[in-house]
Amino acid sequence: MEQLKTIGRELAMGSQGGFGQSKEFLDLVKSIGEARSKAEEDRIVLSEIDILKRKLLEPDIPKRKMKEYIIRLVYIEMLGHDASFGYIHAVKMTHDDNLLLKRTGYLAVTLFLNEDHDLIILIVNTIQKDLRSDNYLVVCAALNAICRLINEETIPAVLPQVVDLLNHQKEAVRKKAIMALHRFHRKSPSSVSHLISNFRKRLCDNDPGVMGATLCPLFDLITEDVSSYKDLVSSFVSILKQVTERRLPKSYDYHQMPAPFIQIKLLKIMALLGCGDKSASEIMYMVLGDLFRKCDSSTNIGNAILYECIRCISCIIPSPKLLEAAADAISKFLKSDSHNLKYMGIDGLGRLIKISPDIAEQHQLAVIDCLEDPDDTLKRKTFELLYKMTKSSNVEVIVDRMTDYMISINDNHYKTEIASRCVELAEQFAPSNQWFIQIMNKVFEHAGDLVNIKVAHNLMRLIAEGFGEDDDDADSKLRLSAVESYLQIMSEPKLPSLFLQVISWVLGEYGTADGKYSASYISGKLCDVADAYSSDETVKGYAVSALMKIYAFEIAFGRKVDVLPECQSLIEELLASHSTDLQQRAYELQALLALDARAVESILPLDASCEDIEVDKDLSFLNGYIQQAIESGAQPYISERERSCMLETTDYHSRDHHEVPSHALRFEAYERPKPSSLPTQASTELVPVPEPSYYSEAHQPISTSSVSERESSEIKLRLDGVKQKWGRPSYQSSTSASSTPPQAANGTSSHPDVGVGSSSLKPRSSYESKKPEIDPEKQRLAASLFGGSSSSRSDRKSSSGGHKPAKGTASKPPKENPIPVQPPPDLLDFGEPTATSVTATDPFKELEGLMDSSSQDGGSTDVMGVLYSDAAPVTTTTSVDSLLSELSDSSKGNPDTYQSQTSKGPNSKEALEKDALVRQMGVNPTSQNPTLFKDLLG
Amino acid sequence: MIKAVMMMNTQGKPRLAKFYDFFTVEKQQELIRGVFSVLCSRPENISNFLEIDSLFGPDSWLVYKHYATLYFVLVFDGSENELAMLDLIQVLVETLDKCFSNVCELDIVFNYSKMHTVLDEIVFGGQVLETSSTEVMKAVEDISKLEAASNAVSLVPKSVSRWRGR
Repeated sequence: MEQLKTIGRELAMGSQGGFGQSKEFLDLVKSIGEARSKAEEDRIVLSEIDILKRKLLEPDIPKRKMKEYIIRLVYIEMLGHDASFGYIHAVKMTHDDNLLLKRTGYLAVTLFLNEDHDLIILIVNTIQKDLRSDNYLVVCAALNAICRLINEETIPAVLPQVVDLLNHQKEAVRKKAIMALHRFHRKSPSSVSHLISNFRKRLCDNDPGVMGATLCPLFDLITEDVSSYKDLVSSFVSILKQVTERRLPKSYDYHQMPAPFIQIKLLKIMALLGCGDKSASEIMYMVLGDLFRKCDSSTNIGNAILYECIRCISCIIPSPKLLEAAADAISKFLKSDSHNLKYMGIDGLGRLIKISPDIAEQHQLAVIDCLEDPDDTLKRKTFELLYKMTKSSNVEVIVDRMTDYMISINDNHYKTEIASRCVELAEQFAPSNQWFIQIMNKVFEHAGDLVNIKVAHNLMRLIAEGFGEDDDDADSKLRLSAVESYLQIMSEPKLPSLFLQVISWVLGEYGTADGKYSASYISGKLCDVADAYSSDETVKGYAVSALMKIYAFEIAFGRKVDVLPECQSLIEELLASHSTDLQQRAYELQALLALDARAVESILPLDASCEDIEVDKDLSFLNGYIQQAIESGAQPYISERERSCMLETTDYHSRDHHEVPSHALRFEAYERPKPSSLPTQASTELVPVPEPSYYSEAHQPISTSSVSERESSEIKLRLDGVKQKWGRPSYQSSTSASSTPPQAANGTSSHPDVGVGSSSLKPRSSYESKKPEIDPEKQRLAASLFGGSSSSRSDRKSSSGGHKPAKGTASKPPKENPIPVQPPPDLLDFGEPTATSVTATDPFKELEGLMDSSSQDGGSTDVMGVLYSDAAPVTTTTSVDSLLSELSDSSKGNPDTYQSQTSKGPNSKEALEKDALVRQMGVNPTSQNPTLFKDLLG
Repeated sequence: MIKAVMMMNTQGKPRLAKFYDFFTVEKQQELIRGVFSVLCSRPENISNFLEIDSLFGPDSWLVYKHYATLYFVLVFDGSENELAMLDLIQVLVETLDKCFSNVCELDIVFNYSKMHTVLDEIVFGGQVLETSSTEVMKAVEDISKLEAASNAVSLVPKSVSRWRGR
């Protein structure tokens, strides 16, 4: 029975294939549908390619057959196989006079070729002819093709015809001509720059469809240059007004909404025009207000328009009334059950929060719900919102959440983004340096390979410079906490390279600084690192330099240095390393171990990583040596300036030739590099070269890496007159691992990081136990994010004392706070929220109140949800139904072959059967078709 | 601007793919596979939007809808409205529904060139051209009629003569 149905179905399809596919094509599609593996599918397609190759070579192929071959080629290419052997046939088909064939040809070439393909030249002529055709369908087909096939060079060939078509009597043609011009504008703005007035003219076209199409190019044009379209503001507003007043023909309605896509485009254009323009914005107030009132928020498209209004309002200079309306719309979105609308609500919130920061407060619980939502898209959008509303008062909670999320995801692309956002926020708002280091550790540990190398240097700089104030005690505490955290993290199995570099550097500088850890302990750890990551030369380089520093400090203190056996073997291994950089470092270390304390101290002085390095630019200490050399007959040195004077003539020569078109060959020498302008750029980059050249090391016995940018510009090598051998890179003045010792810090060894995380960790750790109701934990989180209820506020106050305000960033102290130690988590700087002041004494009552209000919210949400789900997905359900039940209906077209199933409305059994049928037809590869014909024939 | 329109079934087989910027065949496959692997990992009843920067470059958004055995996918840039794009999928499906009177995956598979005709009437060079399914249907029917007519003129006689020749 099943098989019978399938066959009936197949025959129905075969005869119904109005666009004329043959049995072979259907068989191909079917066998591919049945393929159980990619390999099987590939095999089928490859044999099909062979067949087609053969058939296309046959002489005198009937046109109809040819058309089918082309369709098969297109199909093959969609499956990812190369069909280029048949391109030329598709091109030929565009020349045919028969409309069906011509359209097939155009379809195939638009899918096959890109605008720079060699075969395009064969089509341009046909397109020109077709654009002049009397048959508007031919013209449309040609217009369709030029959108894809015409490049900058061929635009002039078709441009006059397209412009003529702007006045074609058929509106469909006018519409497409506008779109084609728009496409030209996107490809090469200069080619149509003289035609821009045409777009303005077409805005007044009688046909609303053409007017609507004109909005697309105008949107692009206005994006590029707002000022020259200000005169159109009132026109756009009046068009929008007319559209909303249903002045357009009924045929433009979509789901009872008048021309929604035109409305949306208009709103987008108005947003551009009203941006920062008070008078233009004022013209729009009326119509926007009307839209908010009229818009039907029960349909998807109505919400699309509402959302576009919100976007528009966030761009223009809004009136308070409009802001209120937008806020209302957003709260409706957020309360909706639909994830799509929630997403829109969060997005709208993110847009409006810049204008009226208080808007987020009433939606705090909704936002937190979205943060916990299983929907990843929504979550990301919410993180984007949080990112936008981060301030010094809530940075800890937000960044904490962000890092947790970052750790939990696998998508590297997004991980990178969120890691860089964490870093950015932490750098901008960090309440304390310990916290900053903690966050950085987390980021590095989990996304170390993804963050920018600059971040690592910033971190090293922060540890080296400390608070930037004269607070040595705090500095050494900070360093100790960093060292301790690193020693702990180092035992983790697989750490990112960048993080290891930071760890090695910090251990080298400050590992032994306060005497808590012995030199042999630290150096042992460093050897372990070099051992464990032996394939990573940069890490090894850092580790060796760190070892060198540790031993240098030991020697400088006059202690006896015991080089650990594993360290000794490491040095020996590196002495023979393939990497010249590592070799050099190993030799340096070996040489250093043999020196006496005084020499070592001047090579690697104490805590000099932040010191300016004085460079004797004139190399005056060599004067005696030069003198000697000259006396013994050497040539005196000619400075660069003098040399360039000598070369002046050739320079002239080359300058003359600058007029020569750039693609012509030039035979004179390259211009001389101008070193004076280069080094600033190169040296402000704190990025150390992975394998620093000997050049810079040799000339700079004491190098720095962790100096701030302003300093580093002073330490660049003076290269005037030095012969430049290797071009730019040799200016790089800093070597990767700086070789400067730390201060002998004797700070107290308290644990500064104990209290740091507690405030931010609290809401999170207990969050896991949340109930569906709004529980106190959620509230607490809300409070820490938004500055909500008071219970959590006092909670935080007690737990998070002792933070220093962020380094120089704006952390406004709260207006009313008796304890000035820590800014309360009032995100929005809004003073005390009203609810707090009333119920501050009894947390339970307060909870109740919140539950009440939330249940009310829930009620309204339901109403919204019902409304929405009633109206919007009506079509959805029908189409799903129809997809299932279509089998029965299609039988109507072919009753003889498919009598077995007369449909009387869908029931579940039938639907199941049909589903099985669809599977058997080979659409799903789960089918068991081989027995199909056997049963029927046998 | 709309960057791509795709239809694929729940097994990840592409049923229709149209890119409004040129991509090589390999890249197209990569994108289709990438999109599918993202889609099939998403649970039911969550939002229909996705940020798809990782596949289509910065400022890329994706809207999809799941009908029976098919995913309808639109990829576009920031100059479009996400909810409106969702409705554009609706327009496309409604039109196909009218076109094939209750569309199913098989219709889409077997009427490959007609699918493209319908799509070309709705999206033109990456811009939304027409959103009324009746209008689209009218245009498609015009084309079919004319094609049938031109078929009758140039193709039928040949086949008839071949018949006679036998």
